[in-house]
Amino acid sequence: MAKVHISTTVNGQPMDVLVEPNDSLLDTLRDGLGLTGTKEGCATGDCGACSVMLDGRLVCSCLVLGAEAEGKTIDTIEGVADGDGLHVIQQKFLEHAALQCGICTPGFIVAAKALLEKNPNPDETTIRYWLAGNLCRCTGYDKIVRAVQDAAHELASPA
Amino acid sequence: MLHGKILRSPHAHARIKSVDLSEALAVDGVLAAVAGKDIPGGGDLGDNVLAKEKVLYHGHAVAAVAARSAFIAEQALEKIKVEYEPLKPVLSIDDAIAAGATLVNESLHTNGDTSQSASNIAAITKFERGDVEKGLSDADVVVEGTYRVPTAHQGYIEPHACTATINEEGKATVWCCTQGQFDVRSMTANCLNKQVSDIRVIPSEIGGGFGGKTTIYLEPIAVKLSELSGRPVKMVMSREEVFRATGPTSATLCRVKVGAKNDGTITAATAWLAYEAGAFAGAPVGPGCMSVLAPYDLENFRIEGHDVLVNKPKVAAYRAPGAPQSMHAMECALDELARKLDMDPLDLRLKNAADEGTVAPYGPQFPAIGLRACLEAAKAHPNYTTPPAEGQGRGVAVGFWFNIGMQSSAEIRIAENGAVTIMEGSPDIGGSRASMCLMAAETLGIPYENINAHVGDTEATGYCNTTGGSRTTFATGMAVIEACEDIIAQCKERAALTWELDVDQVDWEDGQAVPKPGVNADVKPLSLADIARSAGRTGGPLLGRASLNAQGPGASFSVNWTDVDVDHETGKVDVKAFTAVQDAGRAIHPSYVEGQMQGGAVQGLGWALNEEYIYDAEGVMENAGFLDYRVPVTSDMPMIDTQIVEVPNPSHPYGVRGVGETPIVAPLAATSNAVRDALGFRINDLPLSPPRVLAAIDEID
Repeated sequence: MAKVHISTTVNGQPMDVLVEPNDSLLDTLRDGLGLTGTKEGCATGDCGACSVMLDGRLVCSCLVLGAEAEGKTIDTIEGVADGDGLHVIQQKFLEHAALQCGICTPGFIVAAKALLEKNPNPDETTIRYWLAGNLCRCTGYDKIVRAVQDAAHELASPA
Repeated sequence: MLHGKILRSPHAHARIKSVDLSEALAVDGVLAAVAGKDIPGGGDLGDNVLAKEKVLYHGHAVAAVAARSAFIAEQALEKIKVEYEPLKPVLSIDDAIAAGATLVNESLHTNGDTSQSASNIAAITKFERGDVEKGLSDADVVVEGTYRVPTAHQGYIEPHACTATINEEGKATVWCCTQGQFDVRSMTANCLNKQVSDIRVIPSEIGGGFGGKTTIYLEPIAVKLSELSGRPVKMVMSREEVFRATGPTSATLCRVKVGAKNDGTITAATAWLAYEAGAFAGAPVGPGCMSVLAPYDLENFRIEGHDVLVNKPKVAAYRAPGAPQSMHAMECALDELARKLDMDPLDLRLKNAADEGTVAPYGPQFPAIGLRACLEAAKAHPNYTTPPAEGQGRGVAVGFWFNIGMQSSAEIRIAENGAVTIMEGSPDIGGSRASMCLMAAETLGIPYENINAHVGDTEATGYCNTTGGSRTTFATGMAVIEACEDIIAQCKERAALTWELDVDQVDWEDGQAVPKPGVNADVKPLSLADIARSAGRTGGPLLGRASLNAQGPGASFSVNWTDVDVDHETGKVDVKAFTAVQDAGRAIHPSYVEGQMQGGAVQGLGWALNEEYIYDAEGVMENAGFLDYRVPVTSDMPMIDTQIVEVPNPSHPYGVRGVGETPIVAPLAATSNAVRDALGFRINDLPLSPPRVLAAIDEID
């Protein structure tokens, strides 16, 4: 199979990459562009570890073909922090110990950021349903939900 | 680099008549292929890595190829020709132990006794004390019941993966996600008839394990494919392969009986336990037997556990392996007993609770333990003193894990600026490096920020047993503390040399060497950085070491309760509140201890409510994906309230007890008991999934 040339924008940077026609966007990000913050847990769209933003929409990158990224804008976990400055959600995950092994964490942070951009003041139930597409097997979700609540609170009333 | 893929059995039980790799090897881009004969050693483990004479479960690995791409490798698998003679699969404990059962392994005899005919029961374990029959006849009330718990998977989010390369001298390097790089080294060496010194294992950051990454599946195959192809070989399991072919935990059948006086004193208890081992012997029967009655001080009991082969994947450890299933049965029976006696379920447990000095059913005498403290904390907890909401049911249960110690080593290296590096060998599956740094900071008297902890590969650090059994913060932590004490002793010697004092005239206080009170010396204290900077003049670099076989891990107890709502239209159980109380001995990192309690609780709730392996009549798992094997998601769960109790472990310098395993134990029975309370009748078997609960409601109606 001949490779396909893709021009895309990842975390604000224009990028060119060659992909196999059957590569997923997850494969393209990890193996083609070296952006390994996005994780594979199932490759069937059930666990959310590969969550990224595609033209502003939260998607499982394992369910998108790499070739479909042509002309699109992709935002991954690597683009969440501002240089050395962590995003509030990242900082709150640290403060609340909202991770153990950490493999689900990039997906949760990308998904939580998408939620707070859409709904800056979600209640607990809204947070729990929004994040229901992301599996975590370590934490039992308690500290993740609290971290997102705290991040929403801080974003609403910056110190 | 090449990509390896595995051909798996389409049968749950079949004899392999032939395997022909030739057409697969002829595929353009394929550089190597292997079958069972290429994994010559390892016994059962090797036979699980690649089947030899028989395939023993659907998904059992039969052959593998390495190709230039994963895509080519997958295509080449279709060219492998395997001839099978299908056999009848053995798919349940009942079928496996029935007279005349088909044998999973024709040469297996119970407890190795070849004077008896071959059996699917690999081993029987017994613990007994007192006169059970007399105890039961002395009882005013007797309850008994039969309880089943299904197979559940650890469900770590990261699938198994490894990369292997082997050089011209036959030395292999393996990168893999594991809970124990030293076990991967010895297991891989055994499977390939190599020496441990032929293999270096580099553990990667791990995306969850929960016991499931304490064994090997891919590593010997990847090494062999690398040897045959002369290239590095990478292998990654799909999620479907993880479900079908890696070790879940045992399904169980447990029959228990408990008798008590009217005041709640238990006069006798029995537990007949059977655990599915999967295709090879080795279910967690021992731990299940050790745990089932461990919380109670009993004069009369009989515990009998059975390790039963079935044509399903070989089980692996899963968080407190064996304890959740047996304790589910016993804690449900005790709930029924409390109802018959009209006693608060916590009072029944308090009446019979094991305490310091109690001889555990498995032999040793308990030192200071926290069961009574946990029960009393639960009784006083506002979540317990407040009754459940109208229509909801509440269930209580006790959890236990004995915890383990075992071998650990650690090194402390001091840089020229006084920065501290901890090198140890326990893969960090939940924050243990932070706990190591906290204990080192406390011991050395320096800031946490000055310390880094690293998990070394098999060539970089001293031997450590696998991360598991809740041993790491306890045992490897103890090695870190001793290595820090070694550093302190060396620093005192260096300071004494610098000050021209005897070493016993020097103290270590707040991270610096100082003359002891009363010693007449006009000197300034020397910090770790001061001593490190001039180490070249006082004897060379500072390097602290400790290796030990940690004793006295300190048993861990918990008390959990949950309030549930049962929808009578759909059979769905909603968890409205959950509280976990647990003795941590001493919580080194309290947030991480809470995290262990919450995470274990939700794994237990998932097992109680939804998780199960569903098989068809041929032994094919029908729900091998996260869509159909449904682990809890955020919207299924409430907040998980925690209370850490601290009864220090007398065997650890800071009082640590392992905390990771116990949290999964009690949620199973707590949920069953809560559903019993809500419905007014008991459903003995798990999971309490909507179809099962609805069918039970319909039957009662």
